[in-house]
Amino acid sequence: MALLDIRNLDLTIARGSELLPVVQGVSLAVEENETLGIVGESGCGKSLTALAVMGLLEGSAARIAGGSIHFQGRNLLALSPEERRRVMGDQMAMIFQEPMTSLNPVYRVGDQIKEAVLQHRSMSGRQAHDRALELLELVRIPDPARRIDSFPHQMSGGQRQRVMIAMALACDPKLLIADEPTTALDVTVQKEVLELVRSLQARTGMSIVLISHDLGVISETCDKVAVMYRGRIVEQASTSTLFSNMSHPYTLGLLGSIPATDHDVEWLDAIPGRVPTLDEAVPGCAFHPRCFAARGSCRTADPDAAAVSPAHIVRCHFPQGSSS
Amino acid sequence: MTRPLLEVRELRTHFSIGRSGFMRRKSVLRAVDGVSFSIHEGEVLSLVGESGCGKSTVGRTLTHLETATTGSAVFDGRDILSLSPAEFRPLRRDIQMIFQDPFASLNPRLSIEQKLAEPLFIHRLVRDRSEARERIAATLELVGMDAESMSRFPHEFSGGQRQRIGIARVMILTPRLVIADEPVSALDVSIQAQVLNLLKRLQRDSGVSMLFISHDLGAVRHISDRIAVMYRGTLVETGEKRQIFETPRHAYTRRLLASIPRLEKRIA
Repeated sequence: MALLDIRNLDLTIARGSELLPVVQGVSLAVEENETLGIVGESGCGKSLTALAVMGLLEGSAARIAGGSIHFQGRNLLALSPEERRRVMGDQMAMIFQEPMTSLNPVYRVGDQIKEAVLQHRSMSGRQAHDRALELLELVRIPDPARRIDSFPHQMSGGQRQRVMIAMALACDPKLLIADEPTTALDVTVQKEVLELVRSLQARTGMSIVLISHDLGVISETCDKVAVMYRGRIVEQASTSTLFSNMSHPYTLGLLGSIPATDHDVEWLDAIPGRVPTLDEAVPGCAFHPRCFAARGSCRTADPDAAAVSPAHIVRCHFPQGSSS
Repeated sequence: MTRPLLEVRELRTHFSIGRSGFMRRKSVLRAVDGVSFSIHEGEVLSLVGESGCGKSTVGRTLTHLETATTGSAVFDGRDILSLSPAEFRPLRRDIQMIFQDPFASLNPRLSIEQKLAEPLFIHRLVRDRSEARERIAATLELVGMDAESMSRFPHEFSGGQRQRIGIARVMILTPRLVIADEPVSALDVSIQAQVLNLLKRLQRDSGVSMLFISHDLGAVRHISDRIAVMYRGTLVETGEKRQIFETPRHAYTRRLLASIPRLEKRIA
């Protein structure tokens, strides 16, 4: 049984009297100790999917319109808000792109970590303090005994993200959802934070959902990858299968868009056009107006998700590559 | 070798910070602390480094958005840092800047036509409105936009289209030096590629010189001829693109390159 099992998740946003689909038929599974990457451009629905898992959609305009989310065999969507809160932050936790907006600027970081611990564990203030210290050590904050009394603004961006990770790990979650955790960080700091996350996973055996727009970060960190475009998963496979046998023209386009750092390319294989806005209806496959392989049926029929090889799922009428 | 178009020598831009309070020591932030480089006609030099290294301050100082503390920047035979605002004004046409979000600081009530016509009239490059419209239409086409977009307003465009318009606003003046400060970092990956290709093509076709300021090593490799690596206010290494990427000499350059997440190679 998968730790996290999302089936046919539909999310909608109300625009006037209309309900616009923002996530459609998303199915994902995360096993124990596994890292799943979700990659896509802004507005593709990757963050909303994560918020739905965490039960944090109230803060957004999106609502669940269908599907199920099972965590450790329990359907999260059937839980009462009280039961849901007990799972959130305890067995699953989330970190975000900009830690400064998640940390309270007027409280010391140690007190914020303690609060996260005491939310779900009954222990004395002394014990919670020791736990906070232990967590700061775990995320490799230098001189934790002193830094525990620091305020967020006294720390660098990388250190603040480490504090966020410490808070997320406060109750030894089974699942960590990381939404663009290193996007705001410098590349050298990003490397340190990703290494930290990997080593913490090796130590705790937790599962990770890593959301990123950066195929490089995904490639280095994840066991398997789901590529999202306009609310749908268009390709899903193990990381090695995906990178050795990309089949969806959008995934190929994303890869072609990234300027290489190890060789020179005259021109980038950019994807033409732009992502349609939510209220622009696209008949057929949502990607066809930008797709180099689009023909006849792409303009009229939305393709189904199909396996091009075992555990390699592509939503395309004309998947590319040898496996088609 | 011919004389460079721009020659920056020992540029220092310092800011005083933390002045407030009685007996509080005034401290100095050395954002740019002794930077020298040159850019030749038709050449693209990238200034690459991490946040806070001072790379944007270099660009802002060269366009008089910040005041240089010491140093010189000889552009076409004149030290532009020693010019008064009035003396520098006519040079603004020759030295243009592209920002991360060109619309962040501009009036949202102006149509694209008004926005693009403004600099044409300021620099007296056109005689009347119809001549301006002709030139605007041609420039919009150059950056891959319909001439009809002229009558529309900034909010009607996506991020990528806005940056195209921002680039049109710069290229319409036929500048000699373009300073592009993180021009693609706010854009989605697929749109970044379009805009990088566009900048590269426009640079080649027009022969304009460019100072490309970025933290993105891939973008830098794609567009530059030469690269200057900046760290804490100084340049640690300057060299040809291939030399920097293939045989980096400075430890910081090596650390930067080693930090790039590796993309698994696609087996064709």
